[in-house]
Amino acid sequence: MIDRLAFDVAHLFAGGLVLVSFMLLYQDRMFGLLNIFALHALVVSLSVAWQAYIQQAPHLYITAAIALVVKAIIIPVALHRIIVRLGIHRTIETVVGIGQTMLAGIALVALSILVMLPITAQAGTLAREDLAFSLSVILLGLLMMISRRNAVSQIIGFMSIENGLILAATAAKGMPLVVEISVAFSILVALIVIGIFLFRIRERFDTVDVHALERFRGEQP
Amino acid sequence: MALILDALVQGVQLLLVLLLAPLLTGYVRRVKAHLLRRRGPPLVQPYRDLLKLIRKEVVIAENASWVFRVAPYIIFATTLVAASLVPTFATGLMFSPAADLIAIVALLGSARFALALAGLDVGTSFGGIGSSREMMIASLAEPAMLMIVFTVSLLAGSTQLSSVSAFMQGPEVGLRVSLAMALVGLIMVAIAENARIPVDNPATHLELTMVHEAMILEYSGRHLAVIEAAASIKLLLYLSLVACIFAPWGVHTAGQGFAALAVGLVTYVAKLAAGGFLLAVFETVTAKMRVFRVSEFLGAALMLGLLAALLLFVSRSI
Repeated sequence: MIDRLAFDVAHLFAGGLVLVSFMLLYQDRMFGLLNIFALHALVVSLSVAWQAYIQQAPHLYITAAIALVVKAIIIPVALHRIIVRLGIHRTIETVVGIGQTMLAGIALVALSILVMLPITAQAGTLAREDLAFSLSVILLGLLMMISRRNAVSQIIGFMSIENGLILAATAAKGMPLVVEISVAFSILVALIVIGIFLFRIRERFDTVDVHALERFRGEQP
Repeated sequence: MALILDALVQGVQLLLVLLLAPLLTGYVRRVKAHLLRRRGPPLVQPYRDLLKLIRKEVVIAENASWVFRVAPYIIFATTLVAASLVPTFATGLMFSPAADLIAIVALLGSARFALALAGLDVGTSFGGIGSSREMMIASLAEPAMLMIVFTVSLLAGSTQLSSVSAFMQGPEVGLRVSLAMALVGLIMVAIAENARIPVDNPATHLELTMVHEAMILEYSGRHLAVIEAAASIKLLLYLSLVACIFAPWGVHTAGQGFAALAVGLVTYVAKLAAGGFLLAVFETVTAKMRVFRVSEFLGAALMLGLLAALLLFVSRSI
């Protein structure tokens, strides 16, 4: 039986992560988006550190430190420089219907709670709650990737999915450290690849709006 | 004896709300003026304004119907009744078994309905634009408010404000993310409902983006005084609501003696002062937003309310 305070704090961090995901969906300025993404990573690392404390699993502290350094500091700073180099730091993204996106997000959270609670009936309360929240964070990240037109926001959506995965992994006890380290490095590699890709898109089409790419798809006349 | 005490507490509360409301408005104005490095009007200026308005002659537009004349009193009465239902310094009020949080929302909704009708009645374009904007704000603020009410009531197991307040003081509350979201949502709704910055500017007339002032532009004399008093009471009501649900410390509960009443009174005034100060600071540091962004602002409040209610289902046990 877990302590009540332990559960409450874990619930606070996981719920806070869902809320920050909604803030990512809401934000339409580039630098604001980056700051909120850094906040997202910070909440994840706090949540992981708390799990390390209540599960008495010291290796999770390393996971938290990796999340903090890589995703709350390195990636936002790198993206910041990319945005400045691309010269899109003043653009306000034209998001189609923030209201509808928000409602879709709420529906996704409800869906993930409805899906997760029945199928994890055997698990502990904390794991159930974290799994439901991490599924909603993942779905919100996917929603962000399909509702944004700017490639940089799509990257941020992708990175927030990874944060959701970490939340799920720490809730299930006993994720090996090597998995976490390899995931963190693959994310960094993905950032580098995507960064190079962004500059290529930009060189080629003079924009990072992915709708410009659609004209070049094969199936359209 | 207990009945007499209850009636006394309820009567004192009703009078207190009526008397303190203009003082709160004056206090917020004065703090705002100080923050802008102006001296500002004295604290009692709202009382003087109300007295002056009551003594003045009423001018009514030629094509105004009875709705225009009746509406101010309906607005004042419903707002005052709603305010008398919110525990300020003591819970277990005499009226509180008769009505709950949902009734308070409904009472405020009918006050708004009367105000919008009055704005439309004379047929000026300003009144019409004010009414339509007010309805746009209401269509988002009321669902958000109801979602917050549902969240709080699900947690406390009751829609009675006295029980909610008692629950919040008890050990069962713990640390809950839903409550934090409900608090932020409630503050956003309160800002919109009271026509404060960034939704509406309470200090200006004849600005193109105004909402509340546009509807009451045709009023004068005692009608205007009554509407202004109702607006002050509404501000006090929302502050008391936030204090009663989210900061219920020191509130007198049924069965305690007179000393507890005094403590409740002092803490209540302290809470109001703190709330008014924070409101003034918030209003000074934010800019007014365009009318068409208000829907996004309130949409965020609605989203917070929905999310708070949803997250309750994965928390410990409702």
